[in-house]
Amino acid sequence: MSFTFKQRSIIPGFGLSLGFTVLYLSLIVLIPLSATFLKTASLTWDQFWHVVTAPRALASYRLSFGASAIAASINLVFGLLVAWVLVRYTFPGRRLLDSLVDLPFALPTAVAGISLTAIYSSNGWIGHYLQPLGIKAAYSRLGVVIALTFTGLPFVVRTVQPVLEDLDKEMEEAAASLGASRWQTVSRVLFPAVMPAAITGFAMAFARAVGEYGSVVFISGNMPMRTEITPLLIITKLEQYDYAGATAIAVVMLVASFALLLLINLLQVWSGRREKSATVAEGEPVSVAANA
Amino acid sequence: MATAITLRNPAVATPRTRAATEESSLVRWLLIAIAVLFLVIFLFLPLAMVFSSALAKGWSFYLASLRQPDAWAAIRLTLIAAGIAVPANLIFGVAAAWAIGKFDFFGKSVLITLIDLPFAVSPVVSGLIYVLLFGLQGLLGPWLAAHDLKIVFAVPGIVLATIFVTFPFVARELIPLVQAQGNDEEEAALTLGASGWQTFFRITLPNIKWGLLYGVILCNARAMGEFGAVSVVSGHIRGRTNTMPLHIEILYNEYQFVSAFAVASLLALLALVTLLVKTLIEWKARQQRTQLEAAAAAEGSL
Repeated sequence: MSFTFKQRSIIPGFGLSLGFTVLYLSLIVLIPLSATFLKTASLTWDQFWHVVTAPRALASYRLSFGASAIAASINLVFGLLVAWVLVRYTFPGRRLLDSLVDLPFALPTAVAGISLTAIYSSNGWIGHYLQPLGIKAAYSRLGVVIALTFTGLPFVVRTVQPVLEDLDKEMEEAAASLGASRWQTVSRVLFPAVMPAAITGFAMAFARAVGEYGSVVFISGNMPMRTEITPLLIITKLEQYDYAGATAIAVVMLVASFALLLLINLLQVWSGRREKSATVAEGEPVSVAANA
Repeated sequence: MATAITLRNPAVATPRTRAATEESSLVRWLLIAIAVLFLVIFLFLPLAMVFSSALAKGWSFYLASLRQPDAWAAIRLTLIAAGIAVPANLIFGVAAAWAIGKFDFFGKSVLITLIDLPFAVSPVVSGLIYVLLFGLQGLLGPWLAAHDLKIVFAVPGIVLATIFVTFPFVARELIPLVQAQGNDEEEAALTLGASGWQTFFRITLPNIKWGLLYGVILCNARAMGEFGAVSVVSGHIRGRTNTMPLHIEILYNEYQFVSAFAVASLLALLALVTLLVKTLIEWKARQQRTQLEAAAAAEGSL
């Protein structure tokens, strides 16, 4: 520790806190995760490829990734709208709705699952209006999208909200005084400013949806090839004591989630840098105004 | 900053520019209506459905559903799992925040990414990794069986899976907070002769208490509600290894819908309390920040 591994500091406890952090991280996360990759090594490459490209597995990836992309897109559009309405307008019940946005984080997925199923089944509150229209919401792919929209709802709202709050009204005033219509101001000034945050939120909602299990299993109907998501396929294989098969599919999911994690980190660096350069540029007049 | 804008607006904004930077009231109310409708359908209805279904057969049936021995066992196991997982991740979160927030060392950003890793992993895979490690077919399975130790399909596995899925909650709240607060106060305390632990308990802990509480309640909500990961490691033994979410699933699959929703209503209440506490903490933190800003502004004008 005498080389530049650590900068000098008079604050004690570096060895203890870092040692405990690394030990706990290794025991709970790193060692069990690497054990999974080790377990796949018991399969040959051909066997592994056969399992992860079986028609039933391919159908489950299509559903998991496809439904997640649709749900995340719904959340992107409505998340931007909700964030805008919550930040810019005042109306009765605004604060209540603002705190309710985090409900999907706080409500256990199994509770959300049975509740959404009850709402969208053919005799449910919304389901019985959809039934005469020939729309089958529960026990269908649409049900999967509905459940994933619920679980991913807070992400875009919560990433966009702080950016909108920090946006300087002067930019809009400048655009307006230079003759831009309101729509031009929104699409050319506001939209580019919130876009990095919105895309980060989209990616987070997508990543969460791909791995989601609890809220989906109740509403999806779980039919192989049609409404079976990838996490459910892993559980099915486990219940058949097909540990190697379950592990192979799990490794595919792990690789996908690590790729998404990397992407989200890059997006956050990108949007953070944009935000920072914006506040640095706009920083001075604001602080002057605060003192005046 | 918000105050600066509202202070300035009446002076600068003439009626014309005000109109140009705001939408017409028709557009405004339309946007509000769409947003509110979306939130009502996706947030309010599921919540209302839980409580209305739970009480569909009246209060006496509701209470009777909660008094079933299996429901009690599930509630107890959920409390045990959260009671171990939350303090464990709390201690870890504080240690990680101290190491990462107070010191500069090689590999820090990698460590932060690794701490976030459990959030990226599907709950089902989180459970699976423990089955692969401790299950009969697993790497340590034969050794555990020989020593008559049971981790998977027993309470220790449930606790481990719960710890895994709630792993980053406290740490990710505290790390940015400790980083933002800097080392000045701690260094002052240390040069004045305080011991390391005294500095931590008297200086650092009071500074981070709201962030800590915030992380703990989110961690607790997830710990009590986790379904996928726990489902894989539990083995679903009624009255023995069923947590509340798993008990809900069993009741639901047995078509005991009202009883399932009765147990679910307890978790929904927990979610509501979590949101309430969370809102209060955010309000408190905002108040503290505006006070600090006001103090800084007052100092600046002197």
